[in-house]
Amino acid sequence: MIEHLPALMIAVPLFGAFTAPLFKKHYKEVSIWAIIITGITVILSLLLAKEVVTGGIMVYVFGADKPTLVLPSGYSVPIRIMFEVDAMSAFMAISATLMSFIGALYSYSHVERETGLEKYYTLLMLLEVGILGMVLTGDLFNLFVFLEIAGIAGSALVGFRNYRGEASEAGIKYLIVSAVASLMVLFAIGILYGQYGNLNLAYIAKNVSFNMVDMIALGLLFTSFAMKCGAVPMHYWVPDAYTEVPAGINPPLLVATYASLYALFRVSFTLFANVVVDLARVGWIMSILGVLTMFIGVTMALVQKDIKRLMSYHAISQTGYMLLGVGVGLTVLHDPSKLAEFGRDAMAGGVFHIINHIIYKSLLLMTAGALFYVTGTRNLNEMGGLARKMPITAISFMVGAAAISGLPPFNGFASKLLIYETSYRLNPLLTVFAMVTSVLTLASFVKVFASAFLGPPLEKFESTREVPKPMVIAMIILAALCIIFGLFPNLVLDKLVYPAVDALINFAQYHSWGGLA
Amino acid sequence: MSFTLTTPSGFWNPLLWLLFLALFGIIAYLIYSRGNPSYKKNTEQAKPYLSGNPEPTKEKVQVKAGDIYWGFIEALKGYYKVLQAIHTGDMRDYILWYLGIGAIITFILIGGV
Repeated sequence: MIEHLPALMIAVPLFGAFTAPLFKKHYKEVSIWAIIITGITVILSLLLAKEVVTGGIMVYVFGADKPTLVLPSGYSVPIRIMFEVDAMSAFMAISATLMSFIGALYSYSHVERETGLEKYYTLLMLLEVGILGMVLTGDLFNLFVFLEIAGIAGSALVGFRNYRGEASEAGIKYLIVSAVASLMVLFAIGILYGQYGNLNLAYIAKNVSFNMVDMIALGLLFTSFAMKCGAVPMHYWVPDAYTEVPAGINPPLLVATYASLYALFRVSFTLFANVVVDLARVGWIMSILGVLTMFIGVTMALVQKDIKRLMSYHAISQTGYMLLGVGVGLTVLHDPSKLAEFGRDAMAGGVFHIINHIIYKSLLLMTAGALFYVTGTRNLNEMGGLARKMPITAISFMVGAAAISGLPPFNGFASKLLIYETSYRLNPLLTVFAMVTSVLTLASFVKVFASAFLGPPLEKFESTREVPKPMVIAMIILAALCIIFGLFPNLVLDKLVYPAVDALINFAQYHSWGGLA
Repeated sequence: MSFTLTTPSGFWNPLLWLLFLALFGIIAYLIYSRGNPSYKKNTEQAKPYLSGNPEPTKEKVQVKAGDIYWGFIEALKGYYKVLQAIHTGDMRDYILWYLGIGAIITFILIGGV
């Protein structure tokens, strides 16, 4: 059973997705079904992470006599579909499954008034399949396939409320952006396949010769994944998509975005890690994109009046921290002294920020969804005095806002501290931008809190009550995670983050198919 | 398990921080407890003094989101003019930015810069 875990990670949500339409017109049942399936995947991902952290890289070859048989007798190159799970993949898998579960739980009440919920939950589970496939695969073509699955499921979910023109427009925009990025990824894969005759990540990484054509492939992959993860100035689709998607889908959609960030890291570190000179250049590009992303994202957030749009710009801004942290690590990857001095910690800050951000941004988007559920508007100018009416939502919002602003002792602080300290070593200007961004983040959330929750209670919200229990539970779980991860950062760093960072740094281990070849 | 996170230049211990927070909380409470004891909630005392004018409706005294940070946004008008002009919402522009940035990154990677 344990050796089949990588395959089960895909098979279980896929089974859930294909059986969900059987619950047509049984809306409660299909919601519970989705909660059960996503709950099982959480357990599977935890088992997988335990296995990888204790036993090293897991390889799963589909269709082989033995799932670990990479090279059957007579073969010198891997030809089958292969999953290769290292600590970084396991880290992302936990994030994906946890957020899909939270999303399904929150959706139980949040979308109960909508129709076509069997399709909604089918798409949610397909989105989970897409994300998990992207982070577990060891094969470039399958990366493209799962990128497409996640892109199509995500765009359908963005346009799920198709009675709203804005949702349909956002869905189409997301679909086109995803399709263009995916096609360019496919083109880059074609370039690499044409040269090396193989699609296996580890195989190509070992044989890549870094000629001009390879660099063009790297440029295409880098730009496409940067656009998919919402790096400025290719971020324009993010506010549209995050604003219009139902709040229950925001957590898995966030992870889908960060699966692209994972792909960007995987390509930069694993696929092209041997490019000694040019890798520093790639690292600098990543760091500068990170700084631009964090600063422009937050300044755009400050002027928004739509609560979800404001938070969407913050999602862009926070991606900048991850790019900066990992970019700093990538810049000094081939300088052992600098890597040991601050590079590894910079990457830890960036990777830790991924899970922190997924948690608090999902929480914040859910509080925005709760406000929309109760007031029927997303316009902050029309809200006010809701703290007394919705105390749990207000407290959850405060926790999320403190966490995203990097206030101690919430989870955002520890990862930001690592990023500030380490980026300073590379260039102090990078840190200045990062710290100013944090101040502006806090300022914009003060704006939201003051206009939505504080002030005199408005007459039109006199009969307003707290949101239903499943939504409250989902928010409480995430708020609790913000506090736990903040109080015990070492727990997450030692068990999950540093193993993930080391998996990226020790790329030679990945290249040897987990020591099996 | 250690609660202290060691960073390249120092350390961070959230429990120690909480201890200090509790200490400052106690000091704040002591200062608060020495406040004016004659204050009564829900009495005439708590009502705003508006030079004898009647109090406006709750909707009118609510500070709207659009009014918060007005000065900041006004001061950075030039910056926001450029930034908001870039965010056209036009799909064709999204793709153009992607192609432009892709070209620049590829150019840098192949050794153009």
